[in-house]
Amino acid sequence: MSSEIEIEDLNAWFGEKHVLKDVSMEMEKNRITAIIGPSGCGKTTLIRCINRMHETVPEARVEGRILLNELDVYQEDPVSIRSRIGMVFQRPNPFPTMSVSENAVAGLKLRGTRDRSVLAEKAKEVLMAVGLWDEVRNELNKPGTSLSGGQQQRLCIARALAVEPEVILMDEPCSALDPVSTMRIEDLIYRLRENYTIIIVTHNMQQAARISDRTAFLYMGELIEYGPTKRLFEKPENELTERYISGRFG
Amino acid sequence: MEKFRLVTAAFAISLAALALALFTQLLTSSLPAVERFGLTFLFDTIWDPVMEVFGALPFVYGTLVTSLIALLIAVPLSIGAAVFLTQYVPTRTSYLLSFLIEIIAAIPSVVIGLWGIFVLIPFMRDPLGTFLVECLGFIPLFQGPVFGPSIMTGAIILAIMIIPIITSITKDAINTTPELQREGLVALGSTRWEVITKIILPYARPGIIGGVMLGLGRAVGETMAITMVIGNTPSIPASLLAPGDTLASVIANQFSEATSAIHTSALIELGLILFVITVVINICARLILRREVARE
Ligand SMILES: Nc1ncnc2c1ncn2[C@@H]1O[C@H](COP(=O)(O)OP(=O)(O)O)[C@@H](O)[C@H]1O
Ligand SMILES: [Mg+2]
Repeated sequence: MSSEIEIEDLNAWFGEKHVLKDVSMEMEKNRITAIIGPSGCGKTTLIRCINRMHETVPEARVEGRILLNELDVYQEDPVSIRSRIGMVFQRPNPFPTMSVSENAVAGLKLRGTRDRSVLAEKAKEVLMAVGLWDEVRNELNKPGTSLSGGQQQRLCIARALAVEPEVILMDEPCSALDPVSTMRIEDLIYRLRENYTIIIVTHNMQQAARISDRTAFLYMGELIEYGPTKRLFEKPENELTERYISGRFG
Repeated sequence: MEKFRLVTAAFAISLAALALALFTQLLTSSLPAVERFGLTFLFDTIWDPVMEVFGALPFVYGTLVTSLIALLIAVPLSIGAAVFLTQYVPTRTSYLLSFLIEIIAAIPSVVIGLWGIFVLIPFMRDPLGTFLVECLGFIPLFQGPVFGPSIMTGAIILAIMIIPIITSITKDAINTTPELQREGLVALGSTRWEVITKIILPYARPGIIGGVMLGLGRAVGETMAITMVIGNTPSIPASLLAPGDTLASVIANQFSEATSAIHTSALIELGLILFVITVVINICARLILRREVARE
């Protein structure tokens, strides 16, 4: 099952610093929404508000509403929200003390699944889903950190998939990877949209253009423009957007 | 550069030589006792300077048992405090509380001993000791009668003295947990408790063990405060609520009043035993830490 996200008048702060200002937008289900903008504009903060990671930072604060299929995310238990909205980080972060297969099903174990065969089955399923199975089937018991960077990131995507989330947030998932690994992950993301709602932050406009259905342009904490990717890149309505995508910025 | 290396090498070597010299000094000075009592010194339970009967066991027992109980009390409290201070309270509050805890470490041992005499011993006598006897008296370790000064009192004093160091080292170890690891688990939908037990404590483990070992070293060697509350009785009581003595305490208490040469020599041999115990603890700490680091 995949779900849609609706954001209403979202404001976020780090201490006194106001980093998101009245952001309202909705992300459609089974679509890839890209968030672009110069570094420091609040992209990461925006997606971290969606799975309530933002508030785990000391002094951080949020106002506004976020709805997951009409369910108010901020009225729910953050732990259960995070199991419905998965997240992939900028740098691959498999758990160093766990093997490849343990990493893949770490979330299931948290939720109390103990049955070895269920876990093994699930590990295989998600590793196949991210195209990692053939590469690591003989290394399932090695530490997750022994894989290459691109494989580690796919392992982290597999780990997010294993808990069967409805939405997957990705924060520049390819920024630490080489071009070949980046291509593989882009292909993977594109395939995942069939089953998930995907929100991806990227500083790479070609990437946004290649894989996303809709693109949002953030600038200094404000949502400047949001629309179908093709339209936004070909006929930006806002001058700032136009300047940003044509590379005439700052 | 070459000169600098030579100078530092000279310092390093002279420090090693100093440790060795200390050891040989202890060894030669305790030789009369070693020759006279041999191995029975280690196992004899009677210490009677008047009759010139010297057995170290009561003190070895007192040192090990008080240190061990101190660890049993201090380790959970310190780890709990460190987790609380790093995970549950805002930075500023944590800073203030940590400062207060660390102040304990700066209090002179003799002042803590005074506090022990005027506060802890009466407290031990009335609510705590009687309570322990009532609830756990069926276990020989908690048999009455209740004395104020006792092995338990000494252990509590030691625990108070090593809590700051273990807490502070555990806090540092916890703070080295990579944020990315912690967030990875949080984002999977884990509770704070799961993050603590699955990521933070495993990560901090080598550091915590190091801190515990340091605390143990401190407890074993602590002299003044425990001397003031343990009761200074060279015996091996079944109950922890009865008075005892430790290696460090008996040396401090009797050294200046030792009249016979053999008494002095026996006290120095106790010092030698204490020295060996601390060295063994240090070696164990190093071995454990090396194994922990190798596991990473
Ligand atoms: N932990 C933090 N504490 C204080 N300020 C932060 C923190 N993280 C980010 N910021 C600030 O918030 C703003 C938005 O950051 P971020 O959402 O990470 O931007 P982006 O992902 O677009 O580069 C930036 O100005 C950044 O300096
Ligand atoms: Mg970012």
